[in-house]
Amino acid sequence: MPADDADKKRSQDLIDENLKKAFSDTLDEGVPDRFKDLLAQLKEKAPDDPSEEPQK
Amino acid sequence: MTSPDPRDAVLEYIPALRAFARSLTKDAVRADDLVQECLVKAIGNFDKFKEGSNLRAWMFTILRNTFYSERRKAVREAEDPEGEIVGALSVKPEHDGRLQMTEFQDAFRQLKDEHREALTLIGALGMSYEEAAEACEVAIGTMKSRTNRARKELARLMHLDDDTPTELTDSQTLSIVNQSGHM
Repeated sequence: MPADDADKKRSQDLIDENLKKAFSDTLDEGVPDRFKDLLAQLKEKAPDDPSEEPQK
Repeated sequence: MTSPDPRDAVLEYIPALRAFARSLTKDAVRADDLVQECLVKAIGNFDKFKEGSNLRAWMFTILRNTFYSERRKAVREAEDPEGEIVGALSVKPEHDGRLQMTEFQDAFRQLKDEHREALTLIGALGMSYEEAAEACEVAIGTMKSRTNRARKELARLMHLDDDTPTELTDSQTLSIVNQSGHM
């Protein structure tokens, strides 16, 4: 592999690694309750389930 | 017994949406507010989501459009184009606070929106070019070239292209990457 390609690959790996690190805290936090609660509320407001026939 | 509600699937994408929102807003609090709006819109428009298509990309599009339309409005009202937007990237590095991370974030913050977006979706969140293109409503080729340009620009800002230690061999580099990047 030519040196240029090796350098490019190395810098790309470094960038991707940093990118993953920069967002890993957020990604590892999982789903905060705030959003679970919100979804539950929203579902309650519009209980129709599009995958089924609406139950009257 | 209730059958599983298809809308529950949106929760799975919340962590990635929060990460994307942070990259767009550069502010953790605004990011979560943006995710909240996205969730409200996604559920409110769930009937417009085509079953079998990509829910994650669909939600990313909603989040992205919400962000840009609000920003356009804010810029119009504030008559302070960009000025207000250039805040601190508040993706907090709780990792050993290494210098490299700070440098990286400084560089990342300086990227153009479309470049930061591409790198977040593809580099950080592991989306395919196809999915990222769908989320940003551009052609796959556009997404590819944005990603390449973004990587180049970031490498330039981080001086990865000029002060690469030449004595470091490929095998050494690989072992470093393997150690720290191990999943």
